[in-house]
Amino acid sequence: MSEIGEIILGLGDKFAAHVVLAASAIALGLVVALPLAVWASRSQTVSRITLGFASLVQTIPALALLALFFPILLSLRSVFGEDLPTLGFLPALLALSLYALLPILRNAVTAQANLDPGVLEAADSVGMTAAQKLRLVEAPLAAPFIMAGIRTASVWTIGAATLSTTIGQPGLGDPIFAGLQTQNWALVLAGCIASAGLAIIADALLGLIERGFAKRNRWMYGLGALAVALGVGSALAYQAGGEDEETIVIASKQFSEQYILARLIGDRLEEAGYDVSYRDGLGSAVVHNALASSNIDISIDYTGTIWTNQLGRTDNPGREAMYDTIREWEREENDIRVLGRLGFENAYAFAMREDRARELGVTSLTDLEPVAPQLTVGGDPEFFERPDWEAVREAYGLRFDEELNFSPTFMYNSLRSGAADVIGAYSSDGRIAADRLRILEDPLEALPSYDAMIMLAPSVADEEGVIRALEPLIGAIEVEDMREANFSVDREDEKKVSPAVAAERLNEEIGLSN
Amino acid sequence: MSQTSQADPADNRQAIVTFERVERRYDDVVAVGGVDCAVQAGSFLALVGASGSGKSTLLKMVNTLVTPSSGRVLFAGEDVTAMRQAQLRRRIGYVFQGIGLFPHFRVGENIAIGPRLAGETLSRARIAELLELVELDPAMADRMPDELSGGQRQRVGVARALAGDPELLLMDEPFGALDPITRDALGDKVRELHERLGLTTVMVTHDMAEALLIADRLLVMDSGRVVADEVPRALLAGEGGDIAQGLVSVPRQQAERLARLEARGNPA
Repeated sequence: MSEIGEIILGLGDKFAAHVVLAASAIALGLVVALPLAVWASRSQTVSRITLGFASLVQTIPALALLALFFPILLSLRSVFGEDLPTLGFLPALLALSLYALLPILRNAVTAQANLDPGVLEAADSVGMTAAQKLRLVEAPLAAPFIMAGIRTASVWTIGAATLSTTIGQPGLGDPIFAGLQTQNWALVLAGCIASAGLAIIADALLGLIERGFAKRNRWMYGLGALAVALGVGSALAYQAGGEDEETIVIASKQFSEQYILARLIGDRLEEAGYDVSYRDGLGSAVVHNALASSNIDISIDYTGTIWTNQLGRTDNPGREAMYDTIREWEREENDIRVLGRLGFENAYAFAMREDRARELGVTSLTDLEPVAPQLTVGGDPEFFERPDWEAVREAYGLRFDEELNFSPTFMYNSLRSGAADVIGAYSSDGRIAADRLRILEDPLEALPSYDAMIMLAPSVADEEGVIRALEPLIGAIEVEDMREANFSVDREDEKKVSPAVAAERLNEEIGLSN
Repeated sequence: MSQTSQADPADNRQAIVTFERVERRYDDVVAVGGVDCAVQAGSFLALVGASGSGKSTLLKMVNTLVTPSSGRVLFAGEDVTAMRQAQLRRRIGYVFQGIGLFPHFRVGENIAIGPRLAGETLSRARIAELLELVELDPAMADRMPDELSGGQRQRVGVARALAGDPELLLMDEPFGALDPITRDALGDKVRELHERLGLTTVMVTHDMAEALLIADRLLVMDSGRVVADEVPRALLAGEGGDIAQGLVSVPRQQAERLARLEARGNPA
């Protein structure tokens, strides 16, 4: 427990970022929802359209809504110019505001619809103008209901804001996502407790304001409003003392290897005198675009990933040709500099439990073909959508009984528990050796290569100091070293270490530490 | 005033409200169909009729809560639809069944709202005077409306309507939701205030007995038209036609049955 407490105490900057994001989203939601509610109360059509739209937004999963703003903002760059941020605060703010819209709007519209018609008739008959009626009668009488809507919106927004980690906006989702990927449950719990605590505090304070409005008690809503203002104000102040422009932002996707390599790169850059910050747990699809738009400065990506996702290719020209083509393409299309390959591959590889493989007599993908109809295959959420999977199935004529999606962490557990017989594992994964899994051979070479590469955004592509600091890493990491580092983070016993510690050890292992 | 009114051409010069061929339609339904009538200053006019006869609609066209589909309503000689709405309404007191006290204002603030909208502040003394006028304790000015009984609330409603020294008092079923005793007392009070303050009053009611006892002129309405325009004595003498007499017969028969019951001395 004390470990969780310590982690929570160290979450100050994430907490502040979370508060600022959620508060801004609710404020923006209010600015949009309140005038809409007034308009909707005067027109049935507007009421139906706005509530219908807000409800529709609500049916989109928050994670998808956040991700959708990336392409939207990217296309808006043609209007607002290249400086329009496509990741981080802006898309998170917009998506969460849309999400906050429904409860505020619905409560405001309901409150207006339920106002005593006698009171409204009296307001008209004593000679109030429309504006006076709104200010003196409708607004104060609807206020407690609107506050209830704001409360609901706040709790939702604070919860959904944890997902903004995936689009590069720091917050209390950072420890949750990092913990999930590295199986550090203390980290996950700390993030959950912090965000739930924040939601409870916000709900209590807004509830105080709501009751103050209902009882027309100025002290109650004054006190509540003051506390909310102080909270948001101090979060803003905390943030203002944070990041500056010169910081180099290193991205990582949602698995341990990425966290470790990001720290390895970060440590070297800090040694070279740079300020470094990390955007952990980004969605895989987001990273490349973020890099091209210099929203992040450095990422680690893999040849096979770029080949299919970015170049849209499904052929397999071989390892070297693929790398050369990508390097060229990135320079011409995106001004991204592919600094070089780290030396190991993190390819998809089909893995089975040793005993199960022996029992079925399977050593290669060719052997898998006759038994596949009785087997369940597990993969990460991307796996079954990828052309690699298609290629392997075509090449070996594989027809499995069932295909199951797992997060990478749970995929290995599924093999252990027997929920899956074969998994699409990663060749650099430490758990392959640790779990003594058998990697099935690929005699037809259907699986493309996945060389790990250091990618530099246009913002640092020509930064001499960065290149000098990172060049020693090129070709320096053997797959065995990477596996060991990955396993030290992924393992679940007392020898488990944080990605930062694993990065230091890896640095020593490859002989680059001074 | 150049227009003539069929109802009462002789008193046209003193008319404070004039209806000129006033119609109000809702799609195909005619709520008010062609009313011509003038209300003289100082009179107490009752609009009587069954539910749906158009009496409330006609009343609300005076303070433009409803606007005419055709025809004109004149207030002090001006077409009400051409006047500044807020200013028109501040010159007309309005009391209605729903009362409509603002629940978030104190009683005193409720009473003072009309003058406040006109930019005046009502003194505490004036609020106390208005409360006394409707027989309420001046200390009630600091209460919230939900602390009051229904009868007390409607008294505040009357005080609010009188606060701006209105030229005209409109009442739409003002006592409809009150118990009979409160209703009777408040009816008498309104009649008394009408005399004392020299008001012009137009009251909508479906209760013929109430109208006969309070008003000095009755318009009987049916299906959006005025079917009788008489003083109480004439109605009681059998004037005004079948519909008016049908309405008069109800309280009359009730009174007769009560009288017979009393004479027999045996309720069974």
